[in-house]
This record gives sequence, structure tokens and C-alpha cells, in this order.
Amino acid sequence: MYFRGKAFISDALEGLGRIALLARDTFASLMTLKVAWKDLVYQIYFVGIKSQSVVLITGAFTGMVLGAQTYFQFHKVKMDTATLAVVSVSMCSELGPVLTGLMVAGRVGAAIAAELGTMRVTEQIDALRTLATHPVDYLVVPRLLALHIALPILTAESIAIGIYASHLVGTHLLGIDPVYSWHNMVAYTDGSDVVVGMVKALAFGGIVGLVGCYKGMNCGEGAEGVGRATTEAVVYSSISILILNFFLTLSLGQLLEML
Amino acid sequence: MILVENLKKSFGSHQVLDDVNFEIQAGESVVIIGRSGGGKSVLLKHLIGLLKPDSGSVKVSGENIVPMNERELLRIRHRFGMLFQGAALFDSMTVAENVGFAFRRDPSISEKEIAQRVAEVLDMVDLPGVENKKPSELSGGMRKRVGLARAIIYRPEIVLYDEPTTGLDPIVSDSIDQLILRVRDRLNVTTVVVTHDMRSTRRVGQRILMLHDQKIYATGTPEEIFNSRDPIVKRFVEGVSDPKELYF
Ligand SMILES: Nc1ncnc2c1ncn2[C@@H]1O[C@H](COP(=O)(O)OP(=O)(O)OP(=O)(O)O)[C@@H](O)[C@H]1O
Ligand SMILES: [Mg+2]
Repeated sequence: MYFRGKAFISDALEGLGRIALLARDTFASLMTLKVAWKDLVYQIYFVGIKSQSVVLITGAFTGMVLGAQTYFQFHKVKMDTATLAVVSVSMCSELGPVLTGLMVAGRVGAAIAAELGTMRVTEQIDALRTLATHPVDYLVVPRLLALHIALPILTAESIAIGIYASHLVGTHLLGIDPVYSWHNMVAYTDGSDVVVGMVKALAFGGIVGLVGCYKGMNCGEGAEGVGRATTEAVVYSSISILILNFFLTLSLGQLLEML
Repeated sequence: MILVENLKKSFGSHQVLDDVNFEIQAGESVVIIGRSGGGKSVLLKHLIGLLKPDSGSVKVSGENIVPMNERELLRIRHRFGMLFQGAALFDSMTVAENVGFAFRRDPSISEKEIAQRVAEVLDMVDLPGVENKKPSELSGGMRKRVGLARAIIYRPEIVLYDEPTTGLDPIVSDSIDQLILRVRDRLNVTTVVVTHDMRSTRRVGQRILMLHDQKIYATGTPEEIFNSRDPIVKRFVEGVSDPKELYF
């Protein structure tokens, strides 16, 4: 048990180190500004357009259920019209970015790991290298950039639809006064909540892209290796998103207070 | 051109190469033979920096490529072409995109010119008109030839072929051998071929290296190797299995 624990920790640290190296390589490659635009556009299409339904449904139903639950509690203390404000703040700074990040990790992170993993086991990545193409330039940069661009937009959509769906449920089903409700939401939602959400989305995009690419490019042999890489990409990026979210909430809150 | 010194490589506890030494001259064609699983593909990948040895050096025109990082290696790899044993075509692209991949981001050459050169090399490997097919629609032998086209289209100085004729019918095999020779003579290409195919060894090899027991066991001209008295070399070129390996 003791030895397995030691091996586990050293493996985990090695993985972290190698992801950091991949991030450095990617950054260096970005700095050369030789981005393959065609690939980038295709990846944005794949990440952004193809994730619409998943993200919108998640956002809408999360917003509605959050609104209903908040209303049930607030109704007891006659604070009905504060419901939408609570929904809005939590969607903007927490639920919007986190749920969108998790959905995209499941959809896009898995696809990236599977695609790059298959390329690795069929020697396509080696073939790229023999054709004097750096795998980071050609494979990682477009995917990571696409996630950085698409995830904040997807998050914004999910926040907007979540709030609006909650507003509809609140006014039409639960009988909350629409004008006061809307007014309270605008009054209590700070610009900083939105900023926090967007910063988080940007960070989560990086996590999904880096973990997916890392797992794919370092995947084990055969079909089993690809399968494991895919699973691990989803699991590790989801867990990292949840953990990072906590620390971002703490640190960004402090930071924005200081400003 | 290529100088390999004291090359050692193991995967875990499994030693694949142990102290391999040889030199390949510019413009020469060398055939590497050896038993299946003997480490020929592994050796070939070391020559282009796809694998790093445990110790030893690989020098290309005097430059040791072993300590180079991936970005420095890109410069060296412009001079190489490589055909993989399993062809390793990009399966999300068409044949034309695969073959023209090396020109993808070269602004000095127009789309039309690329298409024309792709058609030319596809013709050279006996596959005219497959430009718009996906690799998955091709047979194993066809894929191999597309891989070959992709490796030679940009006229590299050194071409590494990993079993170029395995899985091809005798007639196409012969035409691939001719193509390898033509590429070598016309463009003065340094050629390294890994193969089990004794007919093509005879045809394309100016010098033969036999990999056995993790080392270069024998080297010589085709005549020397094919007339060798050494029992191991003789058994290999004549294709005779060891009697004690026969169970049934
Ligand atoms: N990535 C790897 N990880 C672990 N072992 C490997 C790896 N690549 C090759 N090997 C091992 O190295 C040995 C040599 O493999 P290699 O592919 O070079 O053989 P080969 O001589 O090309 O055989 P063949 O003629 O069948 O292609 C094999 O025993 C193989 O198991
Ligand atoms: Mg091989």
C-alpha cells in the first residue's frame, strides 16, 4: 500500500509536469503566430457550433430548476422577487462556467483524446513529425485556441438562457412579479460576476484542451489505450475544473474586491 | 551521411538494440535485413529522431541528432522522407491531401502546382486517379504506395523505407523496386530500405546490413551476403527455419 501510494504520487506529479511542458510548448508555438487558420476555424466549428444543443439544454434546465428551488425557499419568507437575482448571480459566476466546462469536457475533451490517441497508435503523429511538422503546432494549438474562444461564448449563452428560462418559469408558472423580479436581478448582479464567469470559462477551456491533447498524445497502445485515454481525459479535466473553480472563486473574489 | 555509433535501446527490460554501429554514405542504397521483431523498425526510427536511444549517437552530416529537441529536429527532418511499415496515412484526409501534405504551408507553390505534382507521383507509384479517395477505401498495398508517394514528393536527400514491398504482388513489388532505384539515381538520394523480401534486397541493395542478436551481425555487398558461409546469414537468406523450432 505504501509503495503503491508512492508510485501514484510520483506518477501524478510527472503527469502534471508533462502537462506543464505541453502548455509551455503550446505557448511558444502561439508566440510564433503561425496559426493554421483553416484548422482553427474547423475546430471552432466543432467545439462551438456542435456543442450548442448540449450547452443550451444544460443551461436552460439548470436555470429553471435553480429558480424553482430558490422560489420554494424564498416564498416562505416572502422574498419571491429576489429569486431571479439569486439565479443570475449563481449562473454568472458558478453554474454557467462550471456546467458548460463539464459538458464540453465530456463532449470535446473526449473527442480530442480519442482522435489524437488514434493518431498516436496508428503512427500518424510520428508521420507528422517525419514531415517536419511539430505535433503541437499542428494538433494542439488549433484545438486549444478554439476552446479558449468557444468556451466563453458557450458559457455566456448558457448563462443567458438559464436566466431567461428561470424568469419564464418564475413569472408564468410560479407567479412571481415580472417587473420587480427583473429589476432586482439587474440591481444585484454585479459586472464582476460576469467577469468572474468569463475568466473561469477561459481557464476551463485551457484545461479541457490541454488535458485532452496530453492524454491523446501520450495514450497507451491499441484500442484499449485509446479507450483509457478518452476516459481519463474526461475524468481528469472534470475534476480539475471543479477543483480549479473553488480556488478561482476564492482568489477572483479577493482580487476584484481589491480593485 | 549517416553515422550510427554504439546505439543502445531497450523498452523496459527488453533490450532491442545493443551496440549497433554502421555508416551510410551519401547516395548509397543500403538494405537492412533481419528477423521479424529484431528491431529493424526501431533502428530506422532512430535515424530520423522519432525514438531516442538509451546511449550512443546518430550523426547526420556530422551533426549528432540525439540531444536535439523536437523543434531542432524539424530542420533535420526536412532532409528526410520516411515510409512507415503500416503506411501511417492521415485517415481524416484524402489521398491528395496526404501526398501533398509537405507543401501544405509552403506559399511558394500554388494549389495547381501541388495538384499536378501529386498526380505525377501517384502515377509513379502506379495509382493514377485515386486523389479523392480516403485511405480507408484503399487496400493495404495501395496505402503503402500512397505512403511512398508522400515520402518522396518533396525530393528529400535521404529516404527511409520500412518494408516497401511487403504485401504487394510480385509485379507491383518489382515496379516499387524500380522506383526506389530511379529515385536514388535521378535525385542522388541516400536510400535505406528495411525488408524481408530477398528478391528486392538483391535488386535495390548496394550494401546489406544484417541485424541479428541486437547487433549488426554481418555487412557486405549482395554477392557477399548471398554467398555467405556463415550459418546464420545463410539460413536467413535461404529462408530455412531452425529445425528445433519445428514442433509439428
Ligand atoms: N514502442 C514500443 N514499446 C515497447 N516495445 C517495442 C516498441 N516498439 C518496438 N518494440 C519491441 O521492439 C522489438 C523490435 O520491434 P521492431 O518493430 O523494430 O521489429 P522489426 O524488426 O521491425 O520486425 P518486423 O519485421 O516484424 O517489422 C519488438 O520485440 C517489439 O516488441
Ligand atoms: Mg518492422
